[in-house]
This record gives sequence, C-alpha cells and structure tokens, in this order.
Amino acid sequence: MAKKRTTKKTTTSRAKTANAADRDVLTDRKIIALADDVAKRAFAGAEPRIEIPTRSRSNTNWNKKRGILEMGDNASERQLFNLNQAKQFMQTCLHASSVKELIAADKTLSLRGMFYKGLHTVAGTKEKTFAEQTESDGVLEDLEVALSSLREELHIFAKKAGTMVGNITLIDSGDEINCRKMGSGGYAIPSIVEPDVIQFGKCEAKFILHCEKNTVWSRFNEDRFWEKHNCILTEGGGQPPRGVRRMLRRLHDELKLPVICLLDCDPWGHYIYSVIKQGSISLAFESERLAIPDARFLGIRSKDYKACGLSDDVQIALTDNDIKRAKEIAAYPWFEGKKHWQKEIKIMLDSGFKMEVESLITKDISYVTETYVPERLKTKDWLD
Amino acid sequence: MARSSASKGSPAPVLDSPRMSSRGKKRTSKRPGKKAKASGTQTPARTKSTPGTAESMAAKQRDISVSEFFAKNRHLLGFDNPRKALLTAVKEAVDNALDACEEGGILPDITVVIEDLTDTNGNGSNKPVKGKKKAKAEPAPKKTPAKSSRYRITIVDNGPGIVKKQVEHIFGRLLYGSKFHRLKMSRGQQGIGISAAGMYGLITTGKPMMIQTRPKKNKPAHHIELAINTKTNRAEVTMDVETDDFPLARLRTLTPGTRKLSTQSQFLDAFVYPTGTSVTIELEGRYQKGRGSVDEFLELTAIANPHARITFVPPSKVSAPEDSGDDAEALLAPSASEGVPSSSSSGTGVSPASSADSTATTTELDGVIIFPRAINELPPETLEIQPHPKGLELGILLQMLKESAAEKPDLTLAQFLRNKLSRVNAPTASKLCKKIGLTARTRAADVDHATAEKLFAAFQDIDLPAPPTDCLAPIGVQQLLRGMFKGVRAEFFAASSRPAQVYRGRPFLIEAGIAFGGELRGDDTARVIRFANRVPLLFQQSGCSSFKAVTETKWKNYDLQQPRAGLPVGPIVIMLHMASVWVPFTSESKEAIADYDEIRKEMKLALMECGRKLGSYLRKRKKMKREGERRDVFERYIGEIAKAINAINDTDAKELYDVLLEQAREKTAVADQILNDEGKRIKAQNDDDDGVIIVDSEPVPSASANATPAPSASEGVSSSSSGVGVPPASSPPGRTGVSPVSPSSSPRKKKRIVKKKKRKSPKPNPGDQLFE
Repeated sequence: MAKKRTTKKTTTSRAKTANAADRDVLTDRKIIALADDVAKRAFAGAEPRIEIPTRSRSNTNWNKKRGILEMGDNASERQLFNLNQAKQFMQTCLHASSVKELIAADKTLSLRGMFYKGLHTVAGTKEKTFAEQTESDGVLEDLEVALSSLREELHIFAKKAGTMVGNITLIDSGDEINCRKMGSGGYAIPSIVEPDVIQFGKCEAKFILHCEKNTVWSRFNEDRFWEKHNCILTEGGGQPPRGVRRMLRRLHDELKLPVICLLDCDPWGHYIYSVIKQGSISLAFESERLAIPDARFLGIRSKDYKACGLSDDVQIALTDNDIKRAKEIAAYPWFEGKKHWQKEIKIMLDSGFKMEVESLITKDISYVTETYVPERLKTKDWLD
Repeated sequence: MARSSASKGSPAPVLDSPRMSSRGKKRTSKRPGKKAKASGTQTPARTKSTPGTAESMAAKQRDISVSEFFAKNRHLLGFDNPRKALLTAVKEAVDNALDACEEGGILPDITVVIEDLTDTNGNGSNKPVKGKKKAKAEPAPKKTPAKSSRYRITIVDNGPGIVKKQVEHIFGRLLYGSKFHRLKMSRGQQGIGISAAGMYGLITTGKPMMIQTRPKKNKPAHHIELAINTKTNRAEVTMDVETDDFPLARLRTLTPGTRKLSTQSQFLDAFVYPTGTSVTIELEGRYQKGRGSVDEFLELTAIANPHARITFVPPSKVSAPEDSGDDAEALLAPSASEGVPSSSSSGTGVSPASSADSTATTTELDGVIIFPRAINELPPETLEIQPHPKGLELGILLQMLKESAAEKPDLTLAQFLRNKLSRVNAPTASKLCKKIGLTARTRAADVDHATAEKLFAAFQDIDLPAPPTDCLAPIGVQQLLRGMFKGVRAEFFAASSRPAQVYRGRPFLIEAGIAFGGELRGDDTARVIRFANRVPLLFQQSGCSSFKAVTETKWKNYDLQQPRAGLPVGPIVIMLHMASVWVPFTSESKEAIADYDEIRKEMKLALMECGRKLGSYLRKRKKMKREGERRDVFERYIGEIAKAINAINDTDAKELYDVLLEQAREKTAVADQILNDEGKRIKAQNDDDDGVIIVDSEPVPSASANATPAPSASEGVSSSSSGVGVPPASSPPGRTGVSPVSPSSSPRKKKRIVKKKKRKSPKPNPGDQLFE
C-alpha cells in the first residue's frame, strides 16, 4: 500500500515515505553503532576494527531450494593496525560519516559523487584519501555489507546503465513514463528503482526480453519487436547493474512477467545469465531482492552456428582465459547439476570458439528479430 | 742461477727491514755482496760504435755496487715518481717502526710528520730550520722541478731503539737485514729498506739522513747523520753526537695543532717515547690526497694495526693535481675537523698509550690526524718455521743442502731432512732416503744434483702433514672490527678470520672485513682494501687475487647490486688480509697477491662469511624500514579516522587521536621486537658470533627504549660498547678485552653506538595542529 500513497506525491525532491524514514533512522543508528564500536575499542586500548562479511566465492552459498546465491556467515575484520587494511579502514570511516551526512540532508549521491565527497588530502601528507573511484566503490560495497544496508539505504546510486522500452507505463518519482513512446533511445533505468521511487502503471506486456548490449537492443527497438510480440525490451550494458536487475526482478515478481535473456555465447554471457538468475558472488547479500531464478537463456547457443548456418567468419577463438572461466562456470554448484548447461559449455569448449549475438546479422540485418528470436520463443527453445 | 731464483722466491725482499738485525736476530750480512755480483754481471757497459777487443772490454768491466744499481733503477724500489717516492719512504719507515715495536714488545706509537720545504712560496714554507742545526753544511739542493717539491719526512716510533754502532749499517747500507731468508710472518716482505729511502733522499736533495735513537730509558739519545755511499754501499757518517733531543722538540711547535696537542701530552710526549727511533729524510716528492697517498696508507695501516696509535702531521699544503687525479675523497676520511672529542683530545693528562677506547675513531685536530689505538694488545709473536718439503723448489733445496753441509760437514741426509725441513720426522726421513736409494747415513754434502732431483720428486709423492700454522698471527676478528670501526665511517661492520690453510707447502690464512653504509658513498663500486701481513697494498688492485675473489663472490645473495663479473655496488668497503710466512706477490713490486686457487678460495669463503652477516643485516634493515613505514601509515590515517568518527558520534577527536596514536606506536614497537626475536638470521648475528658491529647513527631517546630492545643490543655484540665516553673508561662486565666505558658517560654528539635496533624518534605529533 505504501507505494500507492507515494504515487500521489509529485514533489521534485525524492518522495519520502514513512517506510523510507524508518529505514533512514535504522541506517543512521547502524552507522553510529559502527563509530561507537571503533571509539569504544580505541579507548579500551583494543584494536579498532570493523567486521565485514566476506564477499568472495568461498563465502557464497548456493541455496538450491530457493535457486539463489546467498552470502555465508564468514566475515573478515578490517583492522586499523594492519598495513594492508589501514587505508581502507580510514576510507570506510570517511564514507560512513559521508553517508550519515547524506541521510541527515536527505540527499543522494552517485558512486562518483561519493568518491568526491570523501576525496581530500590526508592531513600532513601529500596522499589523497582515495586514489581512484574504484577504491571508493569497493569501500562502499564493504560498507553496505558491514551495515547490512542496501546501497539505496545509504543514499547512494550508481550511474544509469540500462535501457527499457515496451508495453508498460511506469511512475518514476511521480512522473508518468510511457515506455511505449520512448523513441529510439528508450527509458534509462535508474539506479534506484525501489517502490518508493518507481511504481508500475498499466502493463500489457507478456514477457521481458533482456539483451546483453545496447546494440542488439537497438536492433529490436527499431524493428518494434516489443510491439509485435507484446513484451518489454531491456538491456543492461553487459553485466547488468543492480538497478536493472532490481527492475527485472520487480517486473517479474509483481507483474508475473517471465524473463528471457538474449546473451552472447561465451563465458561472459553465461555468467550474466547466472547473475540475473541466481545473483552474483560479490553481491550475494542482495540476491534475495535481485535474483530471478525463473529466468531463461534463449541464446545464442553454441548449436546455432550449425543450426543457423553461420559462416566461419563469426567465430571468435576462445582465449585461455575464456577456457578457464568456462570451466569455472561449469563447476559452479548452480551449473553443476544442469545437464543441458554442461552440454552447452562443453560444445563451446570443444568447438573452440565463441559467438556474439551480432553474428546473426551476417544472415540478415533483422534475422535476429524476425526469425531467430520468434522461432525460439515459439518452440520454447531455451535453457533454464 | 739457483741462487738468484732463491732470492726472487724468497719472502723477504732484498733490502728488507735492516733494523731487525740490530736486535740480536740473525742476519745475513753476506747477502749484499752476492746480489751485487749478480747485478754486476748483468750490466757490462758496452759501446757499439767501436768494436772492442776482449781486453778493451775487460778494462771497462767492473764491479757494480748494489747501491749504485738501485740508485739508477730506483723505480724497482718504488721510487718511480715523486708522489710514490714520498709514499714509499713513509711506508718503509712506518713498516720498520711497527716491526721494531712489536719485536720489542711495545705497543706502537708512531708519529709521522711531513714538512713542506718548498721555500719559494711564502705561506708556511720556510719551515723552521731552527731546530735543524746540522744540515747546513750540505750543498744547496738542485732546482725543484715543477711537479714536485721538497719535503722533510720524520717518522718517530717508541720502539726499543737501535744500538749506536748498528745505526750506520741499518740506515747506511742496502741489503742489510735479518729477514731475508727465514720463513716467518713479518711485514718485512713489503719493504725495500729505509736505506733506499735515505738514498733516494740523498740523490734528490743531497741531504743526509738524520737518525735519533734512544735505546735506553733515561740515557742520552744518539744523533747520527749519514749519507750512503753508493759506490761502496757503506754509510758515511757526517755527524754523530749524543743528544737529549728525543723525541725532537722542534716538531712539537711545528703547527698550531701540534702545539695544542703537545700541551695535552698528546703529541710526541716524552713519557710515551721513553725509547725509540726517529728517522728524518729530506726528499723530493709530491704530497697529494686520494688513492695511493700517504693518507691512505696510514689509514689502511691503522685499520690493519689497531694496536698502533699513529699520529700524522701532513704538510701545510697539497700539491696541485698532476693529471686527472684520483678523486681525493677518501672513503675513510677522518671525521669532520670540527673536533669531535675522542680519546685523543678529550682526556686530560691521559697518556694515549693507556687509552684504548674500543670505539676509537680517527680524528683530526687542527690539521693533525690521529689514528687512535683501538686495542691494547700486541699481536702474538710469530714463530719462524722451516720450509715444508711440498713447498720447496729444487734450487732452494740444493742451496739448503749446500749451506747445511758448509755449516756442519758431517751432517747426514736424515739429519738434514729432520732438522731443516718442517714436518719430517725420523721415520719419514729414512723413508725418503730409502726411496731415493740412499742410506740415512749419507752425508748431506755428498748429495749431488741428480740425487737432489730424486729427493725433490720424492717430496711430491710422500704423504706429509700440513705445515704448522702457529707461525701465523691473524689480526683477529675483534681487532679487525676495531680497526675498521675507527677508520671507516660506516654503520655496519663484519669481519671473519679463516683458519689457516696451506698452499704449496706454505701456511697462510685469510681474513676479511666489510664496512657498510653510514657515510660511505652508495653509488660507487665497492672499495677493496688489501693487506698482506698487515701492510696495505695500494697498487695493482685488478691484478690481485683478492680483487678476483671479490668479483667472484656472489654479492647479490647478500642484497647488494653487482654488475656481472664486477665489484659490488654500494656503500661498502671490503677488506682482505692475507697472513703468511711467504706472501706470493705477482711481481717484485710487491703490490698484488698472486692468484693461487687455494688462496682465492679462502678469500671467497671469508668474504662469504662476512657477506652472510651483511645480508642478514640488510634484510633486517629492510624489515625495520618496513616497520617504520608501517608506523607512518598508521599515523597518517589516524587523524582522518578520528575526524570521521567525531563527525558520526561526536567522540572527542583529539582524545581519540591520541589514544590511537599511542596504540600505533605500541603496535609497531611490538612488531619491532617480534622481528628481532623471531628472525633466526638476526639472532645468529646476535648470539652466535661476534664478528659484527652495528652503529646506530641516531641518538636513541631514552624514553623510547621500552625495556626489551636495549639490552639485547649490547649483549650480542661484544666488539664494541654502547656508550662512548671520555677515557679512561670503565667497562660493563662481560666485555671481552675491551676497554671499559664508564656507565655515567653521556652520549656524545656524533654517536656511534652499537645497537641492534634502529628506532625512529617519535615524530612531533601532527595531531596537535590537526585539531586546533
């Protein structure tokens, strides 16, 4: 019900629900607790440290029943008096104080904004607090897990990196977005798509077709594929950011739309599918609200080289790294038990080459939109 | 020819240390004549233009005096150029002085004064001739060549002095000595005789040599002036008087520095020189600093002879460089002339002889350079040994047989073998006789050339124990360390002394030392300093076995850079010493050690020992540096953290900062200790061996020494004590043979403390400004 209430608000600033306010209070409290712990330890003569759940494969568990990746209980300590961690400790403290400031001001910042927020020269030295944004991004993810708060709850968003178009109407911060009339560019999926920001309006679409890259998505959009097949077309610019995944998940959950992925036939594409389906290792703590265990992999498939009669030119030889990665993926527990996936990867490894979705263009400019995808959809020829 | 090869192969050069003989050792006064004949036959004068008859030629053929020969070929004796001549003269005198003191059982105290006599330029030139009453009679010196000038060198020692009637033989004749043929470790091998130096002086300046010697305490000294007659190889004594002027009072007032030191009884004090000898030679030379200079020679001599105190008064000015010139910067430069108090200048009324400060360092005071005594023990007296059969050459064997037979006509071969050779006992002797088909009773005189050759072959076949090694006196690890410590401004010193080995039947032993860091220059290749029987070798470095040993050692293993087949690069001085009864020099000039595999191998082993110590020190230093950086990192971020936490929960930032800073310091301190205690290598350095001195150049704030590090510092390194005080010093217990340091002695300014830890003094608290 909360979202309905917010839909009526049309303020330019971010709509604040009671829910969001509660959340902010909670986050604020967590940050203060973290700082208190540091101070308390320091005054007690103990080493200050921050406990951060480990974001690694070893601390990622495959919940077979729910079909998602979950974060384990392992946590590492970020210690001040450890040469490798001292700087990160300092950065974590800096970001924690920045977040507190953001919450107090009820404003959000981008990841890059946070980088600049925390950026200054360490007193008495020539060293900067952050050498580059990636350092800051990593620390923010740590802070998320340390506080077990989501990025949105920390008032931080990422840059927009996803596009959608289709038979649906959205309300974004009170503005009505008709995704049927987005021209050639499409609607840019924001980083924060929580119900207090985005609500769904009228939707005729029956499914979602998610493309890996913008180029492929543009082909579909230009051919008005979503119109012909009554669907929503999304694209995540490679590995889809959290906003896109959360949007897919919400569409899937709330509007019961199946998600079908059109990705490259290479380890990278396979892992994108894996992330959409069961969640990622680094963000395992978010799988709960991001993963879509029912997502399907439509293509392109290793068999398509023959099935579609593609020319030799589209083959891209697998690199050593690709082979290593493919084997790694095949060994993931969530791939391990799936025979057709094992077969798919094996064929790719045996043939020794990978293919991109764009390779279908060699057949015909619109082959992918007019023949390939419709046929596969019709025969439900996809991988689970 | 056998004879001439014998003299070549002999350890003792022809003109060696003649002074020895005066002290009742045996002497070989026959020698000169022999040699003279040998040289005489080589140089018959011949004119090519008119073919001569045997008779006309015979008229011109005459005996040539050895003195005359060397006067013409003075380069053979090390007087090839003015600069080297000055050095050689000083070197001969100093070598003799050290030998004399040691043989007399006296801790050497040697004073070297070089006066600048070039009187054309004003500035301190007209050296006070007031004390010099005699030399007036001599003819005026010839015009000084542009590139050299006149110097008067005076070397005074506190040795046993010389009996008056021997003076003229010792100083006035070439090839008059005691060490020519014996197998005994002595400096002698280096020199070519003080008489040659005197001869050089006579040739270049026409001035006679002046000798003062006081052989008996409280009795008048002799003052003798003599010139060598090169034709007769005999001295012409021009003056012979008794005097009380020893040591020369004139020298005490020479410069402000000497005057000052004299008032402190630090310079040529009569108490220190109750007996002794002073030699004065005027000669033409060049005084320059740098490689191959008198300064370097004395520096190195001081390193290899830590039991000697050497005072050096250099001339008032340095000659202009003759060519590109070695860069004069001595790595072993005396400490800044600002007058760091040292044993020599700080004690009031303390006799220098009594103060052997374990941490003595070379100092300079008003132009007078003092190489203090670092150890109060004379090196052990070395024994003379008989030649070992395996090291014998056929010619020498023949000569020995002949000489022995002459000495004692009825000497049997067995007796000869047992008595004249090392490690041959009665059974071995009869075995040898049997082997060559003679009875043990055969008289040595009856052994002919062919039999001797058989005997010589038999020597090579038979199994014999290695020659005795007690004839060698190593400098010793402690002494080496002290020696280097006083001469080299480094932060780390390591030394090793190898057990004696044998090459070609001759015992030898190798010692090595390393000085690293400190004020040494880091971008240069290593400096190698070489010694043979405690005498520095200054020339022909690259031809020397020790140089090869250094380049063949894998310095990279010890964290040093080393270009391929080259010297290591870094702030390092490498020292090698070979002690032997017979040092194999590559040439007559006695400047490089021949490259025998056995010798080079020992050298490398010794270097590796030192290298390992250096390596572990460097690794440790790296760790310490890492610790320092670690602390820096912590301290750097603490301010930021305090501010951030303050922004979140209002904790007092300053208080938090202080608490964290304290923790950071504790943390790194703890880490330091762990480092010291856990690292095995470091421990080894600490406990197992004493061949290391580590200097901490930074004064340690007493506050920061939290209990543990400091004691461990002093206990392992026995080589030097940690406080440097004013002599007379008293020592903490358990220090071996080190002169003591008074517990109350306050650290002096330039601290040279032996310490295991390098600790940073706490930085000013940046937090103070941070939170104002």
